[in-house]
Amino acid sequence: MANILHIVVCAGIVPDPLQTLEPVTTPAGPGLKNEMVLPAVLDPWAASALYEAAALAAKNPGSKLWLVSLGPKAKLQQVMMTVAQKVAFELVPIDGPIGGFPDAHSTAAVLAETIAALPGLDHEKLLLFGGWESATRGAGVTLQLVGERLGITDQFQGVDQITFSDDGSFEVLERVEGGKHQVSVCAGAPAVLGWATGNLAEPRNNPQVGMANMRTIMPALAKAKVAKLDANGLSYLSVSLPKQQRTTRVVKDMTPDQIAAELVEWIGAE
Amino acid sequence: MGTATVIEEKIMLTLPGDAVRQIQWRFADRFDLQMLVQSARGVARGTVAQLVAAGERNTHEWTPGKASMMEAFDRAGITAAFMEPEEGGFISGPKNLALSLAAFELAWVDGGAATASLAGSLALAPIHERGTPEQLKHYKSLSAPPQPGEDRKTWRGSFVLTEPIPYVGVDTGMLSGKVRVAEWADGEEPWLRVDKRGRFITNIAFANFVTAAVGSDDPRIKGSCFVILEETDEGVFDHGTPTKKLVHQLSSTGDPIFSMKVPASRIVGGYTIKDGVIVPNYSHSEVLDAVFKRTRVGVGLMSAAKLLSAVEPVIRYQRQRFRGAEGARPGSVRYEQGIQQREDALHRLVDVWATGEAAASLGFATARLFDEMEPTEKLKTAILKERGVQGGRAEMKALRESEQRALELLALDTQDFRRAELEADPLVQYVLMDAEANVICPATKLWNTGHGVNLLREAVSLMGGYGITEDCPGFLGNKWMDAQLEATYEGPEAVQRRQLTITMTTEVFLALFRVWTTEMRRVASSRPGTGACTLASAMQMWLWTLNHLQKATDPTGGKLYHGQRQGVTFALADALCWLLASRYQILDVLELEKRGPEDPVASEGLEGTVQFLSDLCHTQAAAAAGEVSRICAELVFGYNCHPSWDEEEHRSCFLASELDEYEETMPGISAMAFDVLAADGSHPQKAGPCAGCAGNSDFLRMQNRLTACLTGSRLAKDRAAETVSKVMIPEALDYPA
Repeated sequence: MANILHIVVCAGIVPDPLQTLEPVTTPAGPGLKNEMVLPAVLDPWAASALYEAAALAAKNPGSKLWLVSLGPKAKLQQVMMTVAQKVAFELVPIDGPIGGFPDAHSTAAVLAETIAALPGLDHEKLLLFGGWESATRGAGVTLQLVGERLGITDQFQGVDQITFSDDGSFEVLERVEGGKHQVSVCAGAPAVLGWATGNLAEPRNNPQVGMANMRTIMPALAKAKVAKLDANGLSYLSVSLPKQQRTTRVVKDMTPDQIAAELVEWIGAE
Repeated sequence: MGTATVIEEKIMLTLPGDAVRQIQWRFADRFDLQMLVQSARGVARGTVAQLVAAGERNTHEWTPGKASMMEAFDRAGITAAFMEPEEGGFISGPKNLALSLAAFELAWVDGGAATASLAGSLALAPIHERGTPEQLKHYKSLSAPPQPGEDRKTWRGSFVLTEPIPYVGVDTGMLSGKVRVAEWADGEEPWLRVDKRGRFITNIAFANFVTAAVGSDDPRIKGSCFVILEETDEGVFDHGTPTKKLVHQLSSTGDPIFSMKVPASRIVGGYTIKDGVIVPNYSHSEVLDAVFKRTRVGVGLMSAAKLLSAVEPVIRYQRQRFRGAEGARPGSVRYEQGIQQREDALHRLVDVWATGEAAASLGFATARLFDEMEPTEKLKTAILKERGVQGGRAEMKALRESEQRALELLALDTQDFRRAELEADPLVQYVLMDAEANVICPATKLWNTGHGVNLLREAVSLMGGYGITEDCPGFLGNKWMDAQLEATYEGPEAVQRRQLTITMTTEVFLALFRVWTTEMRRVASSRPGTGACTLASAMQMWLWTLNHLQKATDPTGGKLYHGQRQGVTFALADALCWLLASRYQILDVLELEKRGPEDPVASEGLEGTVQFLSDLCHTQAAAAAGEVSRICAELVFGYNCHPSWDEEEHRSCFLASELDEYEETMPGISAMAFDVLAADGSHPQKAGPCAGCAGNSDFLRMQNRLTACLTGSRLAKDRAAETVSKVMIPEALDYPA
């Protein structure tokens, strides 16, 4: 039996990870060099949440899917040209700053307020989805805070799979240490699920889905509310990129086993 | 006293992104096109790049891997981009810009993939342009990918013109395919026998249907036509052997053979029966004109995409060239800048980049013009039909009055009250657009591919030995080779030049050209850094030369500007292409400067971006001016006989004894005289007395002026080079090598 779900996915936008990311100090605090000009993508973990949500909504006819996204309106529009082609959803844009540096509490407050005001949203059917991590600085608490503000206490992080039962309860697989999953059973909505990668491949672009989405996305972007995020006394002493070493080799015709063996050897040597 | 203009340095922050390109190429308000771009980009840098990296180009045969590319096109909406929403598409209205953008994105990675995307549309183009409503609905619906819930395969088509088999005496003007009446029962639809051999036919390995050009081989069928042949029709539908191409291996090409029986309803555009003869409503050449008028643009844009795609990998290669070497320690100039320490490396990349910008601007302007023109053309046909005028020649005759009105409009002052009336006349609008399109379409195809291939060679050379390996990031070696096919595809260079020599001399186009020259001077007065003034001077020289050559003769009295004299006409056509590309490049930068501030993303660092792109315009305008000056000078002076040392022609030379006498009254004259004959009749070691410039002093004045107009162009190039050395690029290329 299908469960009618109201799924809200919180997803920000981040600079395309292939770009050169160079922390700089801006008048508004830390940021990335040329951030506004860099091509952006939907935060990859949150994107997984969106695809899982769409698949879940498709399996449960009558369900609804909202994508709540906080970021500069113009960048959101650019990102939507790709994301809108992936799955059907209703965009709820909030025009605000880009990047991972705003205070998580301020961000959560704006998101919670927006979600609570969604017309037609049934709190008892609500599944709040998002990424458990972020490709930006990622405070790692925003989704939990949104859930708290919405009064949702059943929260799961590092989710890779949920399976619904006919009675509305669902089983959740959360990532834990050692490459294992913790299995929980939740009585039903409402709940917060911070997704890891899930199991689904990225859906292919489908311009027809995109055109259908765009009928609501463009008007929504036009009247997106502007959010000013308070710093709440948050300041950064220094910002730097994680240390990384890129050693690229071009190797062809290696078997998966050979690649795996080399990776294990490399990880062991670290 | 004059003052030098010192241009404040503004550096472009990153490589131009989507927001900038959408404004330049005028689709910032078209989210359907923006989505198509993203979709096509996903396929190009995903499926297509993986196929190329996996070596799928190393085979001529059609493979499952290559077939998966066509499926990816279907899923991404690239196949459906040609269809109307009711036919399974998602874009309403004209689609020239849409198809061009998709081809541009695919060619960014592989030209063969882009060709495969265009070839499907090309097969449908005869039906789209001239098919009956039933043919249109049937074949376009079948060629659209299945909708959710539909269980069928996408039909794929091939366009089968006639590529004559070489060395067998086939005239390219002849049609190799023949059509005869197979059966014709009283009161029933006739059945046709079609025999056709195709050569170098794209998409043929997997085609379910073809649109084939055939000539009548039966007195009961008049002239020629296009017919639609389906794979399941009675007879032979042999897909033929794959062509052993050196390039574009991701697209299928082969030499098919058809010998089939089909109903006469397969004649594209239908037919009527007059006095027992089947008269096709459209001859094959009428269909062909309509098809080729538009489809060449996409091919030209493929080369443009490849030039621009070379920029990022070359910059990365140049900067990282010495990393890892003992002498290049992190933080050192050698480590950070690599080859970009050297001006030559930067300047050559600026040339590649500037050409890519100009080629893209020219191509997209052409695609947009065709989109704009489509409804006007339909309106023109409807108006003329209402007046009882139908068919090519009758329409041309009927439009003569509109041509005069168009000329009147172009000559009017901007404030003249007649403007509004003339501008509102759809026939005048059609005439103006047609005159422009008939020139810039072949110009796109000719210049983008022909000159583009030369600059792609330059890009390859900038990667050193790496450039001609399979591992070269950006597949630059492939792109260079592929461009040679693009120069031939859909009509080789000579065909484009031939068309240009006719269309560029029409009264309407030349009037437009004069307006454009004035426009460039006006641009120059407000935006001197764009090179618009240089371009205007070069345009003036081109026009003067054309006028001169149209009247001039060679020493034997033969006309210089003549259809058979391609040494003159084709060279002038080449020169014109340089000018056009440069003009549209400048206009695109002006558009960005005007609209950029309204876009929050494009406005970030806009000054630097505009400055850099303007410097590229200036560099390109200078290159165009140089080419035009060289070509025009050769044409103006090259057909005069050089004076010789014979009795007749050295009569004007000084004798040494004369000079001695003159020296007494005009000291120093000996130093000024070059052509002096000694008492024994001997002369200086050269071809003959120096040629005079009688009658051509206007040209020399113009050439002097044009040379002076190059002032500042190298400073612009230096500034552009500086930006190339500093602009931020991504950490890695977003597709595999």
